[in-house]
Amino acid sequence: MKRFVVGLGALAFAALLIGALLEPLMANTPGGVDLRVAVAAHMTASGVDHPVTAVLLNFRGYDTLLEIAVLLLALIVILAIGIDPECDRPRAANPVLQAMARLAAPLMVVVAVYLLWAGAFRPGGAFQAGAVLAAAAVLLHLTGLLPSWQLPGLKLRWGLTAGFLIFLAVAAALIPQGALLQYPPAQAGKLILLIEAGLTVSLGLILAGLFLFLSRDPGDDA
Amino acid sequence: MSLVFDLLLAAALLWSGGRCLSVDRLDRAIVLFIAFGLLMALAWARLAAPDIGLAEAAIGAGLTGALLLDAYGVVKRRKA
Repeated sequence: MKRFVVGLGALAFAALLIGALLEPLMANTPGGVDLRVAVAAHMTASGVDHPVTAVLLNFRGYDTLLEIAVLLLALIVILAIGIDPECDRPRAANPVLQAMARLAAPLMVVVAVYLLWAGAFRPGGAFQAGAVLAAAAVLLHLTGLLPSWQLPGLKLRWGLTAGFLIFLAVAAALIPQGALLQYPPAQAGKLILLIEAGLTVSLGLILAGLFLFLSRDPGDDA
Repeated sequence: MSLVFDLLLAAALLWSGGRCLSVDRLDRAIVLFIAFGLLMALAWARLAAPDIGLAEAAIGAGLTGALLLDAYGVVKRRKA
């Protein structure tokens, strides 16, 4: 009986959430908005041809700026909690697996660059490209080809923060335009590509770092 | 045909999500979570949002799954 009541309550709450999600999409209801029209009307000024990239990097660039800042903060917190300084040995892996990983890793880098480039006109973009880069690093680590990371050196620190710094620098340089992250339409495409390239490298390193800094295991003696 | 696929996908999503929460072994729950993420990526693709599908497959299923498996390994070694 209790289970039934709880299940019914959960179902009602889920229905309420779905309703709340759908409500602003109804353009004909009062208070409803249809942002697709607004995005489509300004696509020419965005510098890219794919609406999702236009929203993420241009119209709502501030959100993306904060997103990369949050990810960077998460990694800094992991580093601040402290990682064990002792080095762990690379795990012994199957040679066939290692050969596969050696073949796959360069391909994954190519895919990442393609995704970054394709983001301007079709689904893709910095986040996906960064995730593929990070996955390549994780794959290399799991097959024992890449040791887990020590405290980051200067190069790694620059790499981790480059995306955020480039984004911040562009935002600061554009402040005289009057609004935060308002790109001049003529240069918007180039600026977005610059920011996305920085974001790809940094996101790849940050996401890989979440794994490679954490995966050291001091109890790994057996 | 595509309706059948969509219904199957929705059923598989609900099933894997429910099993993931209710299964009593941690390793099975993690594998179910990864399967759930991949099905979710398919669902996003079916909803004409391939951007979210890509991100879900790479981050939700791939990286999170790898992190969970790694954490599971540590937990198991600590217990032993």
